[in-house]
Amino acid sequence: MKFFINLGANTLNRLEMFGRATFMLFGAIIAKPQPLKMIPLTIKQIHIVGVQSLLIIVISGLFIGMVMALQGYTILVDYGAEGSLGPMVALSLLRELGPVVTALLFAGRAGSALTAEIGLMKATEQLSSLEMMAVDPLRRVIAPRLWAGIISMPMLALIFSAVGILGGHLVGVDWLGVDSGSYWSIMQSTVDWNKDVVNGIIKTIVFAFVITWIATFKGYDSIPTSEGISKATTETVVFSSLAVLGLDFILTALMFGIE
Amino acid sequence: MENLIEINNLTFSRSGRIIYDDISLQIKKGKTTAIMGPSGIGKTTMLRLMGGQLVPDKGDIKFKGESVPGMRRNRLYEVRRQMSMLFQSGALFTDMTVFDNIAFPLREHTKLPESIIHTLVLLKLQAVGLRGAADLMPAELSGGMARRVALARAIALDPELIMYDEPFGGQDPISMGVLVKLIKALNDALQLTSVVVTHDVTEVLTIADYIYILAEQRVIGSGTPEQIKNSDSPLVQQFLQGQADGPVPFHYPASSTAQAFLGNES
Repeated sequence: MKFFINLGANTLNRLEMFGRATFMLFGAIIAKPQPLKMIPLTIKQIHIVGVQSLLIIVISGLFIGMVMALQGYTILVDYGAEGSLGPMVALSLLRELGPVVTALLFAGRAGSALTAEIGLMKATEQLSSLEMMAVDPLRRVIAPRLWAGIISMPMLALIFSAVGILGGHLVGVDWLGVDSGSYWSIMQSTVDWNKDVVNGIIKTIVFAFVITWIATFKGYDSIPTSEGISKATTETVVFSSLAVLGLDFILTALMFGIE
Repeated sequence: MENLIEINNLTFSRSGRIIYDDISLQIKKGKTTAIMGPSGIGKTTMLRLMGGQLVPDKGDIKFKGESVPGMRRNRLYEVRRQMSMLFQSGALFTDMTVFDNIAFPLREHTKLPESIIHTLVLLKLQAVGLRGAADLMPAELSGGMARRVALARAIALDPELIMYDEPFGGQDPISMGVLVKLIKALNDALQLTSVVVTHDVTEVLTIADYIYILAEQRVIGSGTPEQIKNSDSPLVQQFLQGQADGPVPFHYPASSTAQAFLGNES
């Protein structure tokens, strides 16, 4: 019996939370936009969540590309197919690893920071004081961060893939001796703009939206104590990672599953 | 005398606990009204209700005759420009300098050129004696200075009503004296209406025109500082004199000691 009571209460709580999150989203994005004030704030946030995440994205992309080339080469060389190393690296990165790994890194690097920052602003009454100054914190604090995430993450994912392809070139061509011409030319003829590149970008836009939504909401909805903020930050990383992995399967099925 | 804020038969509860039970009070225009009471009875909640951040279960709150809980969102934001609130922590924006903190409401709500904002901000800072601290970050300020900066920000838009949430809490005697003097001087000079929520008895008796004492979900005493001092209510006297035991008991409600120590508490 107790199990069912808990189940019901949990479901109601989850639904209520989802409702609050949707209200926040509407308040932040749908409400009357003020571009003159929004644009400079958004640019500042793009610097914080986007530009400052560049280093971790570039380094991870480089290593993932290098590992892919190494692993791919040892398998492909048995069949004499090491010429296909280029498309293998490029397709894996553009379709899957670029969007997903960037999203996971982004959730850990920028998402957690967003939650902690907004949670602390709540704890130190800064959000309340904005409200009392007749400035809507949803528009002033939440909206620029949401937009910044949605704008910067697709760019980060593309940079990740590009650096990964170069890393693959470094290991495959420069160290293991795959022919540079075939690395590039087979890649060029295999990778399709719409099917591979655009679909990858669509994925990252969806991931970016979900991660920044979760991160900003968790901060905005956090209990304003040190425990509350630490819990909210953890939940941001856990929920957004799970959401990214789950959504990735659904999106992949929709994009590549049905021919 | 006209009332700026009128609270009628207000009932408010949070997470199942009743905070206020059918209380009424009036804030007179141009006067300093103090709301006092022991910690934890929801004095800050009262300010949030007045500012429309919380909605009462029953009863009404009127600002200039207009019901605050009944306002639409846009109207509420318009009305809030006439109010301002000094938060307990100061609530300064930690990513901006002192100057930008005070310029913030001016930049948000007015279209004044930057040169006039510069002058206005320095005037406000001069009023609280911190013109020299304009370029510091909030983290570099002491608690008392942060509260003075917050005060300068609160008066930036020349509001009609200022709500002070525990302005003296955790201050050393000197900063306390400075704040008392500032609040008094600002009220006289700007002819503000002030609501001070606090439990610092001596300070409040010197600056308030009218005092409400809240306890046990209701108003237990009200009047001018003179009337309050001479009140014959034992609860009011316990609060004013800071007696450890009395109508507000020293012990948190518990089973009898005999039961507790003999181990059959349940």
